Amino acid sequence: MTPALELTDLRKSFGAMEIIRGVTLSVPAGERHAVIGPNGAGKSTLFHLISGHYRPSAGTIRLGGETISGMAPHLINRRGLSRSFQITNIFPRLSVWENVRCATLWAMGYRYSFWRNIERLADARQRTEEILTEINLLDRWHVPAGVLSYAEQRALEIGLSIAGNAEVLLLDEPTAGMSRAETERVVALIRRVSEKRTLLMIEHDMGVVFDLADRISVLVYGEILASDTPERVKANPAVQQAYLGLEAS
Amino acid sequence: MSERTGAAPAFAAPPLPTGRGAGFLAIFGPWIAAAVLLAVLPQVLSSGLALSTLSLMGMMIIFALSYNMLLGQTGLLSFGQAVFFGLGGFLTVHAMNAFTADGPPLPLVALPLVGAAAGLFFGIVFGAVSTRRAGTTFAMITLGIGELVSSSALILRHFFGGEEGVSTDRTGLAPFLGLTFGSQLQVYYLISGWCFVSVAAMYALTRTPFGRICNAVRDNPHRVAFIGYDPQRVRFLSFSLSGLFAGIAGALAAINFEIMNAGQLGATQSGTVILMAFIGGVGSFGGPIIGAILVTYLQVALSDITDAWQLYFGLLFIAMVMFAPDGIAGLLARQQPLLRGRQLHRVLPAYALALVPGLAAVAGLSLAVEMTNRLTVHAGDGPAMSFLHVPLRADAIVPWLVAAILFAGGGWLFLRAAGVARQAYDEALAVVQGRGRTS
Repeated sequence: MTPALELTDLRKSFGAMEIIRGVTLSVPAGERHAVIGPNGAGKSTLFHLISGHYRPSAGTIRLGGETISGMAPHLINRRGLSRSFQITNIFPRLSVWENVRCATLWAMGYRYSFWRNIERLADARQRTEEILTEINLLDRWHVPAGVLSYAEQRALEIGLSIAGNAEVLLLDEPTAGMSRAETERVVALIRRVSEKRTLLMIEHDMGVVFDLADRISVLVYGEILASDTPERVKANPAVQQAYLGLEAS
Repeated sequence: MSERTGAAPAFAAPPLPTGRGAGFLAIFGPWIAAAVLLAVLPQVLSSGLALSTLSLMGMMIIFALSYNMLLGQTGLLSFGQAVFFGLGGFLTVHAMNAFTADGPPLPLVALPLVGAAAGLFFGIVFGAVSTRRAGTTFAMITLGIGELVSSSALILRHFFGGEEGVSTDRTGLAPFLGLTFGSQLQVYYLISGWCFVSVAAMYALTRTPFGRICNAVRDNPHRVAFIGYDPQRVRFLSFSLSGLFAGIAGALAAINFEIMNAGQLGATQSGTVILMAFIGGVGSFGGPIIGAILVTYLQVALSDITDAWQLYFGLLFIAMVMFAPDGIAGLLARQQPLLRGRQLHRVLPAYALALVPGLAAVAGLSLAVEMTNRLTVHAGDGPAMSFLHVPLRADAIVPWLVAAILFAGGGWLFLRAAGVARQAYDEALAVVQGRGRTS
């Protein structure tokens, strides 16, 4: 079966610095896959490459078998890959409702329509309500997104990335900066929203990683050190030395 | 009054949007009221000056709103909006001259369509170049396009008519329902009709998927790409449609003045529309309407009183940007929760208190400006003058002292009183939101 996401010998250099140094990774459809690694390993760069924010220097990225490397972000998104950002990236002056509704529109086929009244789009309204219920922000629907609390903005960030119903979801540190209780809620949310999707997630919280991930890839200095089930990754001596060891020290 | 970006009050959330439209009156009431107002205004303000001022306001409302499609709705700061106003106007003048002679019988009322087509066409052409980038790059390209077009206006004399421009005669076209549009009253109705239709169309545009995505591009163009939209395409469409409406405004100017010249598409005209949008407020749909009405009124009224009127515009603009960056509409919008919570009476005395020294400071500044004007530009007229009907000598020391005291003292008191007013506002808002004392 074609993997949902497939990276082949992916490379990215900034000047003389090679940040991603030949990453090969295959994520089957429906898998929850975590990318871990020390700071500066290139995890966010990898996400920027996959989502089209950066162009790869070499190598290919396939989404459901189709090559997407080098495409603009909006074209990749339309092919069914959506992402969240490590630093909250929302539409601050729009209400929570409009934030989510905007994120549903393209997938609903409304494109650049300037002849339809947006309030009359029953399907977009229904979808928006579903997403807001899912991320537990329904009672905050009218608030400008810029005044939400940090945890609420993080939830909205996830809401924006799932609103378009993409099959492959990339989440960049979804629990960063959250309290224990907030983290638990987000983990439950991620578990729900990734049920029928393929999930690729950067995460520093090992509890979250081992709780959620079917498989884990360890990225160190732009290379994948190991890519395996949580138990086997945990037992891998190279990983322990390179990453988990650092964490413990 | 400071930006209110603190935590939102713990209100019960209002009911979710249902998609079932509000009642007929709630949707169409304001529009019917506006239509009635436009229809009866000339009965109340029937002088020639009033009619031509109202006509000017009508076209400027369209122009300012077209500009705000870029600045307020899509977050694009353009310095060349007059290009589309002017080109729409010039093509309309040429169309009028073509139809006058022996062309097809096109009634005058339909001619703004020529301006719309011209504005759209040039919006597409120049938009393809300028909207590839946002931010400073976009602003600089629009500045360049503005200069390019206005300098070619002086070179391509055949089309732009050189310094004196191209004139026309609007009564030469085929009559429409017996109307020849010879009188300013008929022109007023033509302009207000087009103004109404254009405003309604631009308002409707803000309530479409495209309109919302424009707002999203304004807020965060980077993120828009990750929800499936091409921010560059959004900017391009917004720019083109904005050109269309600016072209309608220019066509109305051509019909109204029966002449177009290079000044109509130059930097001054582009600056005026920025002024209108900013003073009215770019954050809401209605802001530029307020700005267009106020600035046009001041242009007509002030230029009658003083020839330093452009200086006053500059000062007004600076004051607005400094003290009320979201414009008059923003100031009004912030009073709305107080009005709804019936707490407006708490703040009005404080506002009035701030207004008095504020006006004194303005008077002091204007006195200094007028005396300087008299001593420099109008030195030949001698130093004797009058200010607010008070005779004085511009070369005497006392009027200058008075001006200094009014400006400095009034300004100082105003800043103090503004602080008090701000505090009163915050307290009243706290009461409305159920956070403060309710005594």
